[in-house]
Amino acid sequence: MTALPNVAEAIETKIASHLHPTPSWDVADHPVPTGREEVWRFTPLRRLAGLLSDDGPSGHGLDWSVELPAGVSLEPISLERARELAAEAPIDRISALAAGNTDHAVRLDVPAGTEVEGPIVLTGAGQDGAVAEHMVITVGAGAKATIVLRYTGVATFADKTDLVVGDGASVTFVTIADWDAGAVHGGHHAVLVGRDARVRVVTASLGGDVVRLAETARFAGPGGELEQFGVYFVDAGQHIEHRLFVDHNAPHTRSRVDYRGALQGAGAHSVWVGDVLIRKVAEGINTYETNKNLVLTDGCRADSVPNLEIETGEIEGAGHSSTTGRFDDEQLFYLRSRGIGEDEARRLVVHGFFADIIRRIGVAEVETRLMAAVESELEIIVGHPGAAQ
Amino acid sequence: MSELRISDLRVEVETESGPKEILKGVNLTVRSGEVHAIMGPNGSGKSTLAYSVAGHPKYRITGGSVTLDDTELTGLTVDERARAGLFLAMQYPIEVPGVSVANFLRTAKTALSGEAPRVRTWVKDVNAALERVGLDGTFAARSLNEGFSGGEKKRNEIAQLELLNPKFAILDETDSGLDIDALRIVSEGVNRYTAQGDRGLLLITHYTRILNYIKPDFVHVFVDGHVVEEGGAELADQLEIEGYDRFVRAARVDA
Repeated sequence: MTALPNVAEAIETKIASHLHPTPSWDVADHPVPTGREEVWRFTPLRRLAGLLSDDGPSGHGLDWSVELPAGVSLEPISLERARELAAEAPIDRISALAAGNTDHAVRLDVPAGTEVEGPIVLTGAGQDGAVAEHMVITVGAGAKATIVLRYTGVATFADKTDLVVGDGASVTFVTIADWDAGAVHGGHHAVLVGRDARVRVVTASLGGDVVRLAETARFAGPGGELEQFGVYFVDAGQHIEHRLFVDHNAPHTRSRVDYRGALQGAGAHSVWVGDVLIRKVAEGINTYETNKNLVLTDGCRADSVPNLEIETGEIEGAGHSSTTGRFDDEQLFYLRSRGIGEDEARRLVVHGFFADIIRRIGVAEVETRLMAAVESELEIIVGHPGAAQ
Repeated sequence: MSELRISDLRVEVETESGPKEILKGVNLTVRSGEVHAIMGPNGSGKSTLAYSVAGHPKYRITGGSVTLDDTELTGLTVDERARAGLFLAMQYPIEVPGVSVANFLRTAKTALSGEAPRVRTWVKDVNAALERVGLDGTFAARSLNEGFSGGEKKRNEIAQLELLNPKFAILDETDSGLDIDALRIVSEGVNRYTAQGDRGLLLITHYTRILNYIKPDFVHVFVDGHVVEEGGAELADQLEIEGYDRFVRAARVDA
């Protein structure tokens, strides 16, 4: 926790957090990182080189396929229009390049009052070269929708995605990084939660060589509720990084963050940095964030850093937790004492570790997909000689 | 007719100041159809005995043996011991988030019997077993022990005892922390199990209270890592009046 009493006045207009760079659409405001910056120190910059140079990402994003329900539109918009609509300006160089270099931005719109029954699924396939994309999703006041973005294939992908949720709307927003090996994905997902809106964000990182996502959220008014669930599997040589920032900039707002990952294989590296800022105006808020990592074999590394910056004590609750460990010996003992073999006991524990969060997503198709991913991860783990103890 | 025989069992644990011997030569035999109570003061090693027999990795067996009929258990893994017919009802049952009681029980039953139970009768059996210990049908779908009260965890252990129906069961202070109603319900479950007549029970307890509900055939007083006195149910009555003091002092003199 960082206490900054001398900037308590300034904080109302400017984000004081040292963990959170100042948002800007201007690429020049985001110099090429050296790796010594706090926000880049965990990142293998060499592997992201294709996303960081000025002439790097270009084009118009992934090749999207979608079936749109009535009333929902998907159309190209100008870069300027995208900036007007966006939840927040880019907070890093990759997302600034994504928004600045793309040929045109894309807007998915669920108009005010529209209630969409099933999930709106957009499947994006990778393109050759480094691609830049700015997608703005707008959900109007009082609307209800579930939106799923699924990334597939191989891509070098600079991503700026905004989700703007109107007052009183109810949205579940799922992104599944279902990349093939070789994909590199970096960027910024920004969410703006309307007054009294309820937003559930699910971020699943299943494949790709490197995934580095900054996920930020703030509130357009009081009474908003944000739930963020994350699931990631990191296999040998993969780098999966999630940097979260929840900005409690309005009173009586609520946030819950729960990210869980499993790591296995040499060089598997996960990074989770969760930052919650409770501004002076944000009285009566309630926040809790947690990250749990299950380290299944030797040779993995899980970095997990929760932060809480509190500018007012007039809140309902604030907390965080982080655990990183191997299998819980007591859980395995308990299951095995009932006759369940070691491999099966491990399977149950890992299954349970993820089912505990996946069952809360509330979108059957997504839950099924993610549990299938858990199963395929388990195929690697169970019987793995290095997975013991 | 089966027999669980503990012979000169010696067990140590790793401590900051090196290995420490907790069990110092335990001898005890439980035959099917018998109810044995092990009673002793805190820190005497009663729970260590339970966990060592079940195979908890924290405890290192340095001598002696534990056999179930012709099978030497000390060389087996935890799950192999369970499949040989052993069950441990734990003092502090472990929470396993995301694993439902129903899924856990089905997996355990399948592992123990070598085949999946029939779906139709099994679901009924599970619900009936939970209801008998006062856990309603919603518990089957809940994560194993997660958010259960202390009493609910103990009831769940006894539901497992009835469903999995092992040859021998060790109950490690199942009575501790139970209110009078829960104690009665748990005891009735245990009595249904022993009433089959061919099951063996080793009941570890600090208090004589549970022995008002479960009648032991044999009582063993456990002090300083071994059995110091044995008798029938009347020994428990004597302990109720005299406490463990006499045995503890005698053990100190011996040391």
